[in-house]
Amino acid sequence: MTELMPFDEAISRYDPVMGLEVHVELNTASKMFCGCPTVFGAPPNTQVCPTCLGLPGSLPVVNRAAVESAIRIGLALNCSIAEWSRFARKNYFYPDMPKDFQTSQYDEPIAFDGWLDVDVDGEVYRIGIERAHMEEDTGKNTHVGGATGRIHGADYSLVDYNRAGVPLIEIVTKTIEVPPILAPVVARAYANELRELIVALGVSDAHMHQGSMRVDANLSLKPTGSGELGTRTETKNVNSMRSVERAIRYEIERQSALLAAGGTVVQETRHFHENDGSTTAGRVKEEAEDYRYFPEPDLVPLAPSREWVDQLRHTLPEPPLQRRGRLRAEWDLSEHEMRSLVNAGAVELVEATIEAGADQAAARKWWLGELARRSNEDSVDLAELAITPADVARVVALVEDGQLNDKLARQVIEGVLAGEGTPDEVVAGRSLAVVSDDAALISAVDEALAAQPEIAAKIRDGKVAAAGAIVGAVMKATRGQADAARVRDLILERVAG
Amino acid sequence: MPSLSRADVAHLARLSRLSLTDAELEEYGGQLDVILAAVERVSEVAADDVPPTTHAVPVVNVFREDEIRPCLTSAEALSGAPAAEDDKFRVPRILEEI
Amino acid sequence: MADDLTQRSASQLASAVSSGEVSAVEVARAHLDRIRATDEQLHAFLHVAEDAALSQAADIDRRRSSGEPLGPLAGVPLALKDVFATKDMPTTCGSRILDGWRPPYDATVTRRLRAADVVVLGKTNMDEFAMGSSTENSAFGPTRNPWALDRIPGGSSGGSSAAVASRQAPLGIGTDTGGSIRQPAAVTGIVGVKPTYGGVSRYGLVAFSSSLDQGGPFARTVLDAALLHEAIGGHDPLDSTSVDDRLPPVVAAARGELGGLSGLRVGVVSQLQGEGYEPGVQARFDECVALLEELGAEIDEVSCPHFEYALEAYYLIAPSECSSNLARFDGMRFGLRVGDESHSVEQVMGLTRAAGFGAEVKRRIMLGTYALSAGYYDAFYGQAQKVRTLISRDFRAAYERVDVLVSPTTPTVAFRLGERVADPVSMYKADLATLPSSLYGGPALSLPAGLGDHDLPVGLQVMAPVQHDERVYRVGAALETALHARWGGPLIDRAPELVVAP
Repeated sequence: MTELMPFDEAISRYDPVMGLEVHVELNTASKMFCGCPTVFGAPPNTQVCPTCLGLPGSLPVVNRAAVESAIRIGLALNCSIAEWSRFARKNYFYPDMPKDFQTSQYDEPIAFDGWLDVDVDGEVYRIGIERAHMEEDTGKNTHVGGATGRIHGADYSLVDYNRAGVPLIEIVTKTIEVPPILAPVVARAYANELRELIVALGVSDAHMHQGSMRVDANLSLKPTGSGELGTRTETKNVNSMRSVERAIRYEIERQSALLAAGGTVVQETRHFHENDGSTTAGRVKEEAEDYRYFPEPDLVPLAPSREWVDQLRHTLPEPPLQRRGRLRAEWDLSEHEMRSLVNAGAVELVEATIEAGADQAAARKWWLGELARRSNEDSVDLAELAITPADVARVVALVEDGQLNDKLARQVIEGVLAGEGTPDEVVAGRSLAVVSDDAALISAVDEALAAQPEIAAKIRDGKVAAAGAIVGAVMKATRGQADAARVRDLILERVAG
Repeated sequence: MPSLSRADVAHLARLSRLSLTDAELEEYGGQLDVILAAVERVSEVAADDVPPTTHAVPVVNVFREDEIRPCLTSAEALSGAPAAEDDKFRVPRILEEI
Repeated sequence: MADDLTQRSASQLASAVSSGEVSAVEVARAHLDRIRATDEQLHAFLHVAEDAALSQAADIDRRRSSGEPLGPLAGVPLALKDVFATKDMPTTCGSRILDGWRPPYDATVTRRLRAADVVVLGKTNMDEFAMGSSTENSAFGPTRNPWALDRIPGGSSGGSSAAVASRQAPLGIGTDTGGSIRQPAAVTGIVGVKPTYGGVSRYGLVAFSSSLDQGGPFARTVLDAALLHEAIGGHDPLDSTSVDDRLPPVVAAARGELGGLSGLRVGVVSQLQGEGYEPGVQARFDECVALLEELGAEIDEVSCPHFEYALEAYYLIAPSECSSNLARFDGMRFGLRVGDESHSVEQVMGLTRAAGFGAEVKRRIMLGTYALSAGYYDAFYGQAQKVRTLISRDFRAAYERVDVLVSPTTPTVAFRLGERVADPVSMYKADLATLPSSLYGGPALSLPAGLGDHDLPVGLQVMAPVQHDERVYRVGAALETALHARWGGPLIDRAPELVVAP
């Protein structure tokens, strides 16, 4: 069992030093260096060509749209855009990497030296950006045999190269030093903010669960007040915004306990585990990696012209922080209400739901209520739930029209999340419409009154509260599809009549 | 230049993913020493302020448009594979993690 | 009849086929017969595509008779170096690791040859992954020089040079990284051209050293080389390093349409002659320079001091790039796999590469791995790239004074098989004169200059500035005409007749 030091004690003794590396998969139509499509989930090895399969003789050609996305990300992160930038080869052997080198950028990245402001409880922290560079994704290994489908103990592996060559942007922060107590929260806020920016730029859907946004968290500790830097670990496999916070927190608690006990932190890659929020060590390598980077001779340098960069600068969206201020005013929310939306990662979702016709309060109610509950249960980010803002807006409209009540609406949401189709399809499929046909309700009311004559008598005697039992019976008989208020009115009418 | 030790040659072979026998390590080590001694002369050239040439012909900004081109079929992709299963490349168990 | 057709040049064959004087099938059959009769001795081909060649030829004949337009080299047979991807033929690069591999795609050069209606007879032998100067590094056994069967045909494109020199094909394709077209052309008495880097697409050319590799033509005449150059050259969007500009007017130059040599300024490179060059080589070179002067050229001596370091720079740059380019041969996706699933993937990669690559390839991979490693990069790879800059500056300075540079193509005539196998550095010296223009990227042509020691062919190298390929053809064509007049016919006619198999 790994020893942990309680967080409060840990941060009283050590200052965390963080760095975050975020990989974002671009949503270009074709891959980074070839014309294969990038669609997620195609049958294995059907989105490959000689280039992304690394066949002998094949050559890469850079996707212009990927470079534009990289430059726009760099600009949005307040980076300098390199006047001269190059791709390099990072050499190492691995079966998911078709050429046994990754075409990446090394000492000449496309964008460098920027920052991103993040807001934590009304306080703004400026996170320095070291660089943003372009590279290509790898294929995907499936481990077969062994107990768990994991790499260890597997008998063999199967490789699908559909993902190989999909464009990635790697965004690396400078060292992040914030008040120790805030480190985990700032890490999460940065990841959240970055995702919001990426989504606003329209360059990626940035879904952490699907892997189109991946966060690696580097953390080391230094004794409070001392200048000496500790050994850092790199935690991978962090699959949601919430996990970013948990992973940093866990590493602070783990490394503190280790150091306090006189141990040393090993420089290593650690894997985060969603189920219990822990990290475990990856395999320690025999010898240090030597990637033998050198400029990619099959590609020519990039020298983006001033005009091109300026032109791209004009396509930048409003910065998220500014945008949130504007939306808060437009929606007339309190600081606190807006922060709840931001923390839940729901700003764009609510905005899109409003754009799809819902009113602001209803949109917020669904995303922060039922849907937030579901995203917590499933440990996925809100944006990754299998429901669109348009779906939510439709549910809101159905409720407003009186075709659904709240309870039915929740069932519709559940159906959509379960993949049963659009809200209208779920309504039809589950026969969920509110029974608004008075004739049908009247006969149900009459039946319920006849079944419970003593209650009918009480109502007749003016004990209107007793109607609740009849309402319950009618609702049961109509499987919840009646409008309870209407039922109550009808009961009173029938008893009186 | 220091000549390559046996450990150096073994390290190079490992980095190059070449499983060499001891006899081969010995033999290649000796030959690499000779070649390195011959090429070492490049360091004689005073070139501190000279930029490196990485491309013979100085061209920049070569792009393709973001358009989809026909792919191989999975059968074509797998046509040369030493082993395949379920339309995927079958490879022996992987020990190292990245 | 068959002999007659194999004697003809590519341009003669193309006009004979398009005029209907002979059929493409007859032409293909004559050359296939010649291969069958001589390749036991030469071993120029790794794969002869007899059926594919004959059916392609038949298709050309059919299209001709129905009046359809034909490509400019319609029906002309060609020997293709086995380093270009071909869908319908194996592509092995002379390596065990690719034995039997059939690529699922065609190289751009392959596609352009088909589009020109050139008939590809098969794939030719080469030093493994183009690393070598003799074809002795082929995993499938060496090729022999048709001038002397105990000697090397040059390398790495020795299969194509031997095929063209022995009249198995009028045209051949090679690749030149440090001299692998020019040196084989020189030692087999034919014409070979390394185009400007980027002039011919590398898409589908299995890479040895990406920043140096360049495909180019072999032929028995300068005009034929230009015709082939034109057929395969020009911009290719699939190769980022391909020159996006019009192809220089190489055919017009080879036809003499750009003028003779009068007033042309020719530079003799001091560093590429004298010590280390055989007397016979030096003598033929001096005669060529004198002849150039007779033809009206102005001769000037030019010093390019950094050429002395070309060998060293080359043997750092090329192995470095090759160590990365050859990583993908790991037994996972194509080609050889050694070891079963009782081994780990890491072990299988190591075993496959150890068994699949020959000694020279392994040497260069390790050398390149070393030169790129942390701690050595600046001293080796980085320094070599700077020397490359200095060599290019020498060229540019020279071209301010002269239009072309000339030198012997190789320091010696063809050496004997086995003579340099045990001594890699002496083998590397075969490329001494060809390396500088590889590092610079400019075009260079080798032309038969006469016979040297042992009555073996000597080559003259003509070099020109980047994207001025027409100059090497202009000089080559004028000199060829003058030399043929002096010799009373092409040098190749003096090659000993091979004893043909019945």
